[in-house]
Amino acid sequence: MMNGALKKRLGAIGLWVLTFILMVVMCVPGLWVVLTAFRPNGEVLAKPPVWIPENPSLLNFAKIFGVGVDQVAIPVPAYFMNSLIIALTSTAVALLIGMSGGYAFARYRFKFKNGMFLGLMLSRTVPGIALSLPVFMIWSRIGLIDAKLGLIIVYVALNVPFTIWLIDGFFRQIPKEMSEAAQVDGCTRWQAFWKIEFPLAKSGIASAGIFAFLTSWNEYALASNLTRSTDSKTLPVGLMDFTAQFTIDWAGMSAMAVIIIIPALILTFLVQKHLIAGLTFGGVKG
Amino acid sequence: MAEITLKDVVKRYGKVEVVHGINLDIAHNEFVVLVGPSGCGKSTTLRMIAGLEDISDGTISIGPEVVNDLPPRKRNISMVFQNYALYPHMSVRENLGFGLKIAKQDAATIKRRVDEAADILGLDALMDRTPAELSGGQRQRVAMGRAIVRHPEAFLFDEPLSNLDAKLRVQMRTEIKKLHQKVKTTVVYVTHDQVEAMTLADRIVVMKDGHIEQVGTPMDVFNHPVNTFVASFIGSPPMNLLPATVQNGTVVFSDGKSVPVPARLKDRVREGQEVIFGLRPDDLTPVGHGIAEAGDSARVALDIILSEPLGTETILYTTIAGQEAQGKMFGPRNVLPGETLEFDLAMDKAHIFDAESGKTVRLD
Ligand SMILES: Nc1ncnc2c1ncn2[C@@H]1O[C@H](COP(=O)(O)OP(=O)(O)O)[C@@H](O)[C@H]1O
Ligand SMILES: [Mg+2]
Repeated sequence: MMNGALKKRLGAIGLWVLTFILMVVMCVPGLWVVLTAFRPNGEVLAKPPVWIPENPSLLNFAKIFGVGVDQVAIPVPAYFMNSLIIALTSTAVALLIGMSGGYAFARYRFKFKNGMFLGLMLSRTVPGIALSLPVFMIWSRIGLIDAKLGLIIVYVALNVPFTIWLIDGFFRQIPKEMSEAAQVDGCTRWQAFWKIEFPLAKSGIASAGIFAFLTSWNEYALASNLTRSTDSKTLPVGLMDFTAQFTIDWAGMSAMAVIIIIPALILTFLVQKHLIAGLTFGGVKG
Repeated sequence: MAEITLKDVVKRYGKVEVVHGINLDIAHNEFVVLVGPSGCGKSTTLRMIAGLEDISDGTISIGPEVVNDLPPRKRNISMVFQNYALYPHMSVRENLGFGLKIAKQDAATIKRRVDEAADILGLDALMDRTPAELSGGQRQRVAMGRAIVRHPEAFLFDEPLSNLDAKLRVQMRTEIKKLHQKVKTTVVYVTHDQVEAMTLADRIVVMKDGHIEQVGTPMDVFNHPVNTFVASFIGSPPMNLLPATVQNGTVVFSDGKSVPVPARLKDRVREGQEVIFGLRPDDLTPVGHGIAEAGDSARVALDIILSEPLGTETILYTTIAGQEAQGKMFGPRNVLPGETLEFDLAMDKAHIFDAESGKTVRLD
């Protein structure tokens, strides 16, 4: 018979092992990509596999940016700018709509409120790719194919349900008496929002912002359908430029993936301090 | 000068009317308490005065001005909420100064007024803390401080003490009263606690189901309730209310026992009238254990079911005509359940209400 303490111990160890395996499964591909970015293409498919690059170099990055002898003809700076413009703009718009919508859902009573909320959530159950054909047809009619605006609109639509839902949850946690107290204290409704409710919901809005940004930044399926040229192609779509008819430049592709990951990482680090647990609500009786 | 006047004020939520045309005149610097059971429309009324709810019908004026269409910020009032609603992301100092800052007062004025309020409420040591770092009583004090810094025309309080524990509640009650004596301002105070209402109010407004039942000084409302609702709501333990019939100048209970109709109410009742006989526990006392020598009194022998000693007095549970009633024993001795005691009914303090309407038969 095992005693209780031992059982507990074994259970804990089991959990750790499980966690470890999960972490490996999640991290290894990412690690592989990062390592591969620093090795020559020849090493990528070597058998037996070479784990740590034998001669790590920045050659792949140099190629991408057109420095040095070896070059790939991929306009990364243009893709990067497209990605940045599209992701930032669509995030900003999705946040604005999310804030207004979230606030409305949290604070006001109106007809069909629950239905509308459910509708927003249900819209997320449709996979984006299923919409790509109708979107493609409409966009081509109105000339939004291969235009940044076209993607921005799609991404706003993709992100708004989530931003509304998340921000609504945060506003809901703020007692409406806070805004009322501010109004009695001399604020307009608008001032009360910006001086009291907005600062208190900041962490929620920041979370929604990161999520929206990453969604737009990484999205591939729709972008690959709706973009054609350097006018609008984003980084994830640009990844496919590394595939030729018979060869795939895995190393170059990995270097590009690293370039995609870095801004996302930077942004997440910048915003993360706002994500931590929001505020302690001492303003009302707990 | 800030009188507050409510004229035929109605509140509807959609089709549901929750406040049914109430009228109330609140004098300058008066402390008025709206009291009534939960859901009777006290908060709604207060919030209409504050401008946080639309007024469906009627008018509210603060001072000479009808404020129906003014937003809260233009009504020059301040409000203390049940949950305090302090701004969690600001220090106590910033909380107190917020209203003045919004009003674009200069820094020196803000500092002076904030310090003054902090001084009045004893907040000096807490100025740099955030609300999360305060105890319930301290938060309550900050909320009051925030209300007084702006020197408003009127303070509105919505159950400000109901989140505090019993002891602190009594203490803060006293502080609110002191505060009102220091900072002379019109106060409208909402509570469901009749003790709070009695102790704080210059005038009490008793509400029920969106109607005002009675307006009067605490003593007035206590001594001369206009109907059975007010009689049972104000005073603790509540007034005993016993159904009875008037026969031959006596009040006959359902078990056939009777007491004479109180002399002062003799010509206010009809022969055969169904009435409710009302007597406060303070006026139902074992012989020799009353508050004062009974003037016009009746004697009844009653069986004790239960006694609750409180020290200076003991509450006695008994039955009159099959209905539970409570009496008090002042200068108490030990009383055992099952004992039978001779009681004085202080008839000069007794009330008679018409059974059908619930209204007092007394002439006002
Ligand atoms: N926003 C609202 N919508 C609908 N009914 C409401 C709303 N607010 C309050 N009520 C109703 O109005 C009545 C009075 O409420 P309230 O003024 O809060 O009572 P009190 O403060 O006396 O407990 C209650 O029956 C309540 O259910
Ligand atoms: Mg209330």
